[in-house]
Amino acid sequence: MKIRLNKKALVGAVIILFFILIAILAPLLAPYDPHEFVGTPYSKPTSKYILGLDRMGRDILSQLIYGTRLSLIVGLTTGALMTSISLLIGMTAGYFGGIIDRILSTIIDVFMVIPGLPLMIVIASYIRLRGVVPIILVISFTSWAPGARVIRAQTLTMRNREFILASKITGEKSVRIIFSEILPNMLSLISSDFFMACLTAIVGEASLEFLGFGDVSAITWGTMLYWAQNSSALLNNAWGWVLAPGIAIATLGASFALLNFSIDELTNPKLREV
Amino acid sequence: MLLEIKNLTAGYKSQGKIVQAVKNVSFVLEENDFLGIAGESGCGKTTLLFSILRLLKKPGEIFEGEVFFKGEDLLKMDEEKLRRKRWKEFSLVTQSAMNALNPVFKIKDQIMDVILEHSDYSKTEAMEIIEKVLQLVGIQKERMDSFPHQLSGGMKQRVAIAMALVFSPPLVVMDEPTTSLDVVVQRSIMEEIDEIRSQKKFSIIFVTHDISLLFEISKRIAIMYAGEIVEIGPTKQVYLSPFHPYTKGLINSFPKLTKETKEYKGIPGKIPDLSKPVEGCSFKDRCQYRKELCDKRPEFKEITSGRWVACHFPQ
Amino acid sequence: MKYLRDKIMFFLIALLSALIINFILPRMMPGDPAERILMKMGGEIQPEAVDAMKIALGVDKETPLLQQFFSYLKNTLTFNFGISYSYYPVPVKDLILNSLPWTIGLVGISTLISFVLGTSLGIRAGWNRNKPIDSFITICSLIIRGFPYFWLALILLYIFGFLLNLFPLSNAYSTHEFLKGWKFFGSVLYHGFLPGLTLVLASLGTWILTMRNNMVSTLSEDFILVAEAKGLKDKDIMNKYAARNALLPSVTSFGLSLGYIVGGALLTEIVFSYPGIGYLMYKGVTSQDYPLMQAIFFIISLSVLIANFMLDFVYMFLDPRTRG
Repeated sequence: MKIRLNKKALVGAVIILFFILIAILAPLLAPYDPHEFVGTPYSKPTSKYILGLDRMGRDILSQLIYGTRLSLIVGLTTGALMTSISLLIGMTAGYFGGIIDRILSTIIDVFMVIPGLPLMIVIASYIRLRGVVPIILVISFTSWAPGARVIRAQTLTMRNREFILASKITGEKSVRIIFSEILPNMLSLISSDFFMACLTAIVGEASLEFLGFGDVSAITWGTMLYWAQNSSALLNNAWGWVLAPGIAIATLGASFALLNFSIDELTNPKLREV
Repeated sequence: MLLEIKNLTAGYKSQGKIVQAVKNVSFVLEENDFLGIAGESGCGKTTLLFSILRLLKKPGEIFEGEVFFKGEDLLKMDEEKLRRKRWKEFSLVTQSAMNALNPVFKIKDQIMDVILEHSDYSKTEAMEIIEKVLQLVGIQKERMDSFPHQLSGGMKQRVAIAMALVFSPPLVVMDEPTTSLDVVVQRSIMEEIDEIRSQKKFSIIFVTHDISLLFEISKRIAIMYAGEIVEIGPTKQVYLSPFHPYTKGLINSFPKLTKETKEYKGIPGKIPDLSKPVEGCSFKDRCQYRKELCDKRPEFKEITSGRWVACHFPQ
Repeated sequence: MKYLRDKIMFFLIALLSALIINFILPRMMPGDPAERILMKMGGEIQPEAVDAMKIALGVDKETPLLQQFFSYLKNTLTFNFGISYSYYPVPVKDLILNSLPWTIGLVGISTLISFVLGTSLGIRAGWNRNKPIDSFITICSLIIRGFPYFWLALILLYIFGFLLNLFPLSNAYSTHEFLKGWKFFGSVLYHGFLPGLTLVLASLGTWILTMRNNMVSTLSEDFILVAEAKGLKDKDIMNKYAARNALLPSVTSFGLSLGYIVGGALLTEIVFSYPGIGYLMYKGVTSQDYPLMQAIFFIISLSVLIANFMLDFVYMFLDPRTRG
């Protein structure tokens, strides 16, 4: 499989690596303990507290750095879980066809149409659990549909290709065919889907946490924004509090978008950069 | 002389590699002529056609040459001037009618837009032209309001041909127009094309890999190999006494309907890699008459009146 | 015809699924919020409303499940949602009727603007593929795509509302004075500008990129080549041949993203305290007003499904192949 790195993919990959590095090296990079009270609340950004302090007098930059860990973990885990669900349902529908496909396709379409965030909100409020795990589960179980559709379409085309028909004739078991013949050929599609899922996950996570569904005592970019909103940060001119986590989310999100877009370009010959 | 191609060289540039799909092609087309261009898949026929009409898209590029249509070089012409000449002076029928028609427009609207673009006819006058031209290819006028997906493959191809004839242009270029159709439909369309041509008196350049088809209907025939035209001449003469070894090989590879087939004769070997420059004659590796001189590039020259060959030892 | 029939079937199935989800969720939950709510209710409430909530929230353990489901269906489809817990004693139906129009107006107008603008930019980008204008548009879109709706809302609110004081910080219209007629309309527009801008910007990237990619795909088709060979003007080829066909998958994906857009609108309303149905839901969440939340979820799903169906209907006119 030829891997050609184009500029967009490179930028996206660099950004992600950057964040991963920050997450790993957090204790070394953060100037203060993110939970500690270090100064006057709502301090504006100064050279001592580069992004200012929040309502409890805690350093925002340190929160941002430590927040990278959970935000990344949740984003990538949710992305992986979502992609697995999409893969499972999409491939089953595409490979087996017939009545199985019709039922699964309808399920996929229903999940695509029913509005995601309201559904997440309703489920999350009924569960009444607050924390990272419910968020991962809720997002994964409501947003897997678009990926499943794409995977199903691709599986359908692959299923009818000659080398698959040949395998079937020689009596290979379906499961083997799926894993050793179809799957390897769909790797680029799956990776493109994974990045899209991560983008949805990051934004969904931030949105749910912003609304208060996360573990508000944990530090993620989303909970930072929750506290910022609930402490009237803007009205108190603590603009660093609002700006920083948002930019972090947007940047990480953009990197996922870039990677998704460039893998699409790579695999779809019609879109390929000439 | 309607069309004169001089030293046309074109191909594709991608990732540093240059593929020369058309190498130094020269030939002439008169009025009321029917020139068939035959060759294997990948020999450069389509690239040649698109280069002549200046429709080649990136990564395709015309590297050098001149295309004189009624004395003017199309390749150097101002784009707007060229655009105005299109369809009125030369039209195109493409390979797959499946996709040649805009799926969201009715048949009549698709033909109407080109009429209105290049002429001053009113809509009513244009409609009359459309009716007439559809009738010419055997399509009832009720079909005018149909969409492409409502027509069969054969009908779509006929519509494409009718559309190409709307201005009765002096030149109609056809790129494998019948290849995607079944044999029976193919035959009837070919006969229709021939009849219309003799009625309206225009020139056709007809490209296909099906050389036996060309032997039946074309007036002159050109054989293309690895981007070059290796032989050209009046069809009957080329068929009865081919000069180029490749032409010979092609003709011999057909099973004859009348005689007994003792054995199938193919042409051993395969087409050279067009991204690498070739030393001498491109056919030399597959030629049974090969001699030392063949390492030097043979000239494309006129052997007898109207017959041109690129070979050191034409038989 | 088949196309329409399939779409109607799908509408009904999806609606039923939403109803089922709404029915099952409260019954899967530990604890019993419904008890709490009902304890607060006095005797002034109509018995049908109380019954409706009992059914919707699964309080009634006696009646068989299937019977409960049918009663629930009947109630929901007649918009009998019971009484709001946090806005007691206002019926949920009234609350929704008050806020829904604001959301529909806001979302409807901004989405339309965004789609039209995004699609035109996408057409230009696709047509001029790989030229500087395409790269510029594409990269900007990729960047905006990563912005969460609510963050964009916060930023706009902060810069234009708070810092520069150009726009109001909350509400759909001025609550300081009593306005009528054109002044009222003007105030509505003024208050709706920032939320509207947020919605437009947040989804712009998606429309642009989708249309651009569809254009690039369409441009490789044979009929585009034929259009060029026909000597048609560039403008006509771009619009009538390429864009007209590339539009079809764009419209389809537009329909599918309606749910996502509504989610974003929800968050935007919250940030701007815009009194639409999203803001109402937020209030419901913070006060655990289950009757309200349930009803809103149903209404939102219903609206999206209706919008989706209307879009499918429009698609039928755009693509002759659906008409047989």
